[in-house]
Amino acid sequence: MLQIGGKDFESRLLVGTGKYRTNDEMVRAIAASGADVVTVAVRRVNLDRRDEGGILHHLDSARYFLLANTAGCYSADEAIRYARLAREAGFNEFVKLEVIGDQETLLPDVAGLLEATTVLAKEGFKVMAYTNDDLVMALRLEAAGAVAVMPLASPIGSGLGLLNPYFIRTIKRRLHVPVIVDAGVGTASDACLVMEQGVDGILMNTAIAEAADAVGMAKAMRLGVEAGRAAFLAGRMPRREVAVPSTPASGMLS
Amino acid sequence: MELMINGDRRTVPAVETVAGLLAALDLDPRAVVVELNRTIIRRPTVADTPVVEGDQVEIVHFVGGG
Repeated sequence: MLQIGGKDFESRLLVGTGKYRTNDEMVRAIAASGADVVTVAVRRVNLDRRDEGGILHHLDSARYFLLANTAGCYSADEAIRYARLAREAGFNEFVKLEVIGDQETLLPDVAGLLEATTVLAKEGFKVMAYTNDDLVMALRLEAAGAVAVMPLASPIGSGLGLLNPYFIRTIKRRLHVPVIVDAGVGTASDACLVMEQGVDGILMNTAIAEAADAVGMAKAMRLGVEAGRAAFLAGRMPRREVAVPSTPASGMLS
Repeated sequence: MELMINGDRRTVPAVETVAGLLAALDLDPRAVVVELNRTIIRRPTVADTPVVEGDQVEIVHFVGGG
């Protein structure tokens, strides 16, 4: 069971809704992922092309917990504005807060993120803060009132996997709020490795949406997350620099 | 009347309220959120919030995202 900001979720896999080739594929992939939490973004209604419609026509809001993000915001003020608009849409008080600081890498602007987290937490938002794999900033976000801290495995949409397991482990060890790794996983082994660090969950989008078979990858990710979590709880054997035989050395024929 | 809607100057049928504007644009008020001159309009107040010539209106909804 994953608990964030007083709310319980069965699945430790959280998924996005961007980049799918079709809405039908998205719906089937999300179902296959087993996710409870699904992220959505706030954008202008296109008044000239009414056929595209909003995402909510396709998602069962009774089945999924819709988590609005502030993707694409480049300042604290902009992210705060988007968060307030999302809350007015009336699902819940949670927001996945992103303040992007660099267009090429999409790495977070952590100064802006901390500022926006402070403001929104005071307004009663339950802030899930997308940040880099920096312990000190993670601690400050927690102190500012974030209900979850979301360090990246690697840059958004890169599929490079977990670049710094040690930092992710350290963040998890030192924080009290849930740590959800957000961004960068590319395939199921990445998801498994992330969960083996002991974190509370993973949020991903591109790795599923851009897979040749998104539904198949969604299922693989579900299994990867479950396997990684189970392995973490089971406790891995120590690493040794020497071999130790698995089979008795005694009783050999002379 | 002329309004700035989502960054574009648009001519719309004369309306008196935000609710009227959404109806004129054929938008479901339950599916969008409106910001009028940078102030978010609470859903229950769309029918009571006046719109006047030249207002800046943002109309947003949810789309796919990570």
